[in-house]
Amino acid sequence: MSVVEQTVKPYSREWLLSDRPQSRRQAKLGRAYVVWRRFAENRLALLGLMIILALLFVAAFAGVLAPHDPLQGDLRNARLLPPGSEGYLLGTDDQGRDILSRLLYGSRLTLLVVVLVAVIAAPVGLIVGTVSGYAGGWIDAVLMRITDIFLAFPKLVLALALVAALGPGIENAILAIAVTSWPPYARIARAETMTFRQSEFISAVQLMGASPFRIVMRHVMPLCLSSLIVRVTLDMAGIILTAAGLGFLGLGAQPPLPEWGAMIASGRRFILDQWWVAAMPGIAILIVSLGFNLLGDGLRDALDPKEAGQ
Amino acid sequence: MALTETSAATRRHRRRVPAFASALMRFFVMAATTLLGLLAVTFFIGRVIPIDPALAIVGDRAPQHVVERIRLELGLDLPLYQQFWIYLKQVASGDFGTSVLTTNPVLTDILRVFPATIELATVGTIIGAVLGIPLGVLAAVKRGSIADQVVRVIGLVGYSVPIFWLGLLALVLFYAKLGWVAYPGRMDIVYEYTFTPATGFYLLDAVWQGEWDVVRDLFRHIILPGTLLGYFSLAYISRMTRSFMLNELSQEYVVAARAKGLSEARIIWFHALRNAAVPLVTVIALSYAGLLEGSVLTETIFAWPGLGLYITNSLQNADMNAVLGGTVVIGAVFVGINLLSDLLYRTLDPRTRSR
Repeated sequence: MSVVEQTVKPYSREWLLSDRPQSRRQAKLGRAYVVWRRFAENRLALLGLMIILALLFVAAFAGVLAPHDPLQGDLRNARLLPPGSEGYLLGTDDQGRDILSRLLYGSRLTLLVVVLVAVIAAPVGLIVGTVSGYAGGWIDAVLMRITDIFLAFPKLVLALALVAALGPGIENAILAIAVTSWPPYARIARAETMTFRQSEFISAVQLMGASPFRIVMRHVMPLCLSSLIVRVTLDMAGIILTAAGLGFLGLGAQPPLPEWGAMIASGRRFILDQWWVAAMPGIAILIVSLGFNLLGDGLRDALDPKEAGQ
Repeated sequence: MALTETSAATRRHRRRVPAFASALMRFFVMAATTLLGLLAVTFFIGRVIPIDPALAIVGDRAPQHVVERIRLELGLDLPLYQQFWIYLKQVASGDFGTSVLTTNPVLTDILRVFPATIELATVGTIIGAVLGIPLGVLAAVKRGSIADQVVRVIGLVGYSVPIFWLGLLALVLFYAKLGWVAYPGRMDIVYEYTFTPATGFYLLDAVWQGEWDVVRDLFRHIILPGTLLGYFSLAYISRMTRSFMLNELSQEYVVAARAKGLSEARIIWFHALRNAAVPLVTVIALSYAGLLEGSVLTETIFAWPGLGLYITNSLQNADMNAVLGGTVVIGAVFVGINLLSDLLYRTLDPRTRSR
């Protein structure tokens, strides 16, 4: 046995798939490799990954990729040009602005919303869920009642009411979506925590005198991360759609910012004759949220084979 | 043998009543606390977040004494918990304040527009369930086939597409270009004068009164927004049906039924689907609640005079009373449907009772 293992080259396929890892790093890399292999078998998931990578690329290099200024149009010569016009691949809007350039810059806003909502809502959900699940008793009861109350609101309606009170704007839209997004994460983190609260490694850490704070932070939270990441990825599409809905109602990013939902709203007036003004941003939203859905589905199947195909 | 069976039956019966009663108790406690929390949140949004709710009502150019009077009228000089208590009492007596936009009491407005939303959401759910369940069953039975992939993609697109955008495009195609459906709105203006609905549910009223012209016109108006909402509910229902059916088809009773020589169609439609029906009821109820939310944007696109359009119109006019009243009503209905489906699930499915 030992002879065989010595001949295995580090970082080779056999090394990664070895069921007797020699080091912690080998075990971790091996596990990541298995997950990646399962993920890569799923062509739709790879497509989703490519869409999201493309979104990141476009957002990073919008300044280089965009052929025109996203905010300043050519009002005299280029109003409402159809797609395929000279120099304007996807046409122009009523202010003579290149739709393609606006979409490219708009990807930054979409990414901003998604990232900020995730950064705000996921940790809140994680903390509430793990504390609730680990502590149990009345702390659990109170925290879960609060979670249920926020879960009881339809997301879009609560976000609408919040933005109506806070005032329109992209920061308030992000805040409102974050407030409506954390409860499912808390539920998931709690359920995960409950499954290993009584397990032996937690008892061992307790016996060594670790404080509840340390146990939750160092031992419970890391174990909840993978299912949380899957759920957040699956939620991204919903976040994008809610943000676009708020933008469409004039409650999100304000003009002249090239937010995709707001762009659809501004194209609504010309929808019968110049359909492309409203149609193009919708296609962008559809592609990106489809990408997140495919990626999330793929991640779930790869990380949790039990649920695969369900 | 017969004796043991009867005794088992009575024992089961005796056990079921307290189980149902405790479920019912649970239902009311949950409903009460969730509603209280819901009102706390809307109270917070309406009274605490705005820097000065009095200014929000009279505008910042109003003279000082007017602002002071409004502040007293609203009870803004009282401590927050007293304000919240007053708010609770008002809501309990059906007082959501007056709409600035329509100058009616908000509750009157909501009662007037809500039936339109219910009608739309019901049509949407029916379309979603009638198409979604067979699609989900098909996908589960032919797991991994082209049909399964197609159903999956239909569902994924449903999860990913902005509903208002799809609605706009559908209007351009089916109304403007093809002329298959009627213009946005609930019915033609002609009928506004001739047709007097007894309730807010126009479709039922028209059928009841035998006004078939009106029925046809109402149908031409509701079909597009209804199908659109139905698509979203289809995406959810077909996905869940597939999952439930996969679970049922892997059970041993299916093997037993096959061994007995039952036809595959009979196994699928009578045995497996019947067992999947209980969770499906929950799913349909949840998707119905989801459509109440989806109706906000759909009604805006299709000028459908329901609660969603009422809320967005009030938003554009900074009519906070109306927005919060609408939010409370949608939230309360949402809570009610969720808890009811939970209760239904617990009562219908014997397996959940042992827990």
